[in-house]
Amino acid sequence: MIRFSWLQFRAQAVAALGALAIVAVALAVTGPHLNHLYDTSGVATCHARGDCASVATTFLNQVPADQILYYLGIAVLLAAPPVIGMFWGAPLVTRELETGTVRLAWTQGVTRTRWLAVKVAVTGLAAMVTAGLLSLMLTWWSGPVDTAAALKTGYSISFIRIGPVLFGARDIMPVGYAAFAFALGVTAGVLIRRTVPAIAATLVVFAAVAIAWPLLIRPLLIAPVHAIVALTPASISTSLAAGPGGSEIVMPVASAVPPGSWVLSTRTLDSTGHAFNAATVPACQGSSPSQALACQATLGRLHLRDLISYQPASSFWPLQWYETAIFLGLAALLAGLCLWRIRRQAS
Amino acid sequence: MSTVIETRGLGKKYGRRWALRDCTLAIPAGQVVGLVGPNGAGKSTLLHLAVGLRTPTLGVITVFGGRPADSPAQLGRAGFVAQDTPVYARLSVADHLRMGAWLNPDWDGELAARRIERLGLDPHQRAGSLSGGQRAQLALTLAIAKRPGLLILDEPVASLDPLARREFLQDLMEIVAEHEVSVVLSSHLIADLERVCDYLVVLIASQVQLAGEVSELLAEHRRLSGPRRDPGRLPASQEIVEETHTDKQSLLLIRTSEPILDPAWAVTPVSVEDLVLAYMRRAGSAGGARRPGLEVVS
Repeated sequence: MIRFSWLQFRAQAVAALGALAIVAVALAVTGPHLNHLYDTSGVATCHARGDCASVATTFLNQVPADQILYYLGIAVLLAAPPVIGMFWGAPLVTRELETGTVRLAWTQGVTRTRWLAVKVAVTGLAAMVTAGLLSLMLTWWSGPVDTAAALKTGYSISFIRIGPVLFGARDIMPVGYAAFAFALGVTAGVLIRRTVPAIAATLVVFAAVAIAWPLLIRPLLIAPVHAIVALTPASISTSLAAGPGGSEIVMPVASAVPPGSWVLSTRTLDSTGHAFNAATVPACQGSSPSQALACQATLGRLHLRDLISYQPASSFWPLQWYETAIFLGLAALLAGLCLWRIRRQAS
Repeated sequence: MSTVIETRGLGKKYGRRWALRDCTLAIPAGQVVGLVGPNGAGKSTLLHLAVGLRTPTLGVITVFGGRPADSPAQLGRAGFVAQDTPVYARLSVADHLRMGAWLNPDWDGELAARRIERLGLDPHQRAGSLSGGQRAQLALTLAIAKRPGLLILDEPVASLDPLARREFLQDLMEIVAEHEVSVVLSSHLIADLERVCDYLVVLIASQVQLAGEVSELLAEHRRLSGPRRDPGRLPASQEIVEETHTDKQSLLLIRTSEPILDPAWAVTPVSVEDLVLAYMRRAGSAGGARRPGLEVVS
């Protein structure tokens, strides 16, 4: 059955191998130059000199073409698991149901449970290997840009490795996502029994899980770190310049949290520990420069504090392991559900 | 007499509709069994139950004494050619033989290769581009090369042209002669079955109407024609299957195991086709009032 599953999967495997080869060539051509620029830019040693933001910006400005490839790489890695789920997972059983070949397959000398188990194992393993190789190549290639972008953009969450965008597109996480999306596709196919609706269901459910997960589940796995930062007249001045009149006074958190952290929330508290609202301070209602100065002076006397909740960069690897394991576990559960269902299901 | 398929009170329900009801059969080994009935009568359902593609709603079905598709060994006992002979369109003929070899422990590769060669199939051709007749031959090759004790064919010739149909059935008969395999094949075309079957099961409106060896069935049924007669006055041993009356004449099809003694009757033997059509009409008129949606097609 393993050999036959492989025979059936051959065409898709060749297509996947082709896609991987194209990515590999593109990255092999551009990667060494990118690494060379990074090594000479001084980004790696910027902490000692304290000029990280400027050298990172200089480095990134040197590689505009590579930035396009960088964004493409993120897109490819984020899209690979749902695409695998939709086009390898969902049709795995439904195509055979729709063309009637289950009547051929299920009357060979192999029970249908074994038939499905082997098909899921062979194709699922291929899905994980594909996603793993893709992630391995892109994580290596993107390393310099990841590092520089995190330094440059400060508290923008987009290009922090532990942030919601990059986390699923780096290191081992794509393997977990691919296994889960594939099993989700197979399950949708086994339950819905028609290819197109199963593909749609796979996409919707996977997208919902992938979007909700970082916000709802990740904080439960490793609790975010809280930092309390007292607001001084000087720090308020910077934040007012960024956005006066807001109900929260956001100070540049890059200076308050370790670099590479994903800031989840910032709340401003007054001296009694309650949420502070700038609208209640009469001095802060105007918008002229002189009024802004008066507001800043008033706020400086209120002993305000910012409560910052963030996920530090050091949680990256523990979270990668936890979440990959969880998604692999979910994939195994779904595969078990499919096997249980197919045993009871008529053709 | 040993049996290949035995059913007791077998029933299968799809949603709220019974596709097969109260089916009790004992199909003997060593026969070519024709399962005949109109489209939608439950033939495919019965065959799918026999190969384990479906599970019964009610009752029991056993094949060689075991539950169908229960184990690899049980799967190996029945070779199945499904309706419209599905094959993997993108795989080649040779790939299909590989599948057979990999998935069936008793696979006879030599037999399969010999058949493919004799049929003139190109091993490298994609199965999707085979003609209907060639696809049916490939499906039959896969079913027989696993060396089953029982071959089950679901409307194997329905989609074939007359020549391919004749060739397929001839080929099937050669297989039966060569491998001593029992065969159950369904068709809604009586003429196909008449040529090849020793045993007949007539399935109409999800119920078995008639089952038995063809020679016995033909011997038991008689067509009687004679002056008009009240059917109630026939001997008790004569069961009326069908009756038509004109002003002067009565035309009956009866089932009896005893000789017809009444000299008023002109007695003629029946053909398989007469027999099946008579039972179909009977089931149709009996069930017509209850199930107006049922269409009887011969």
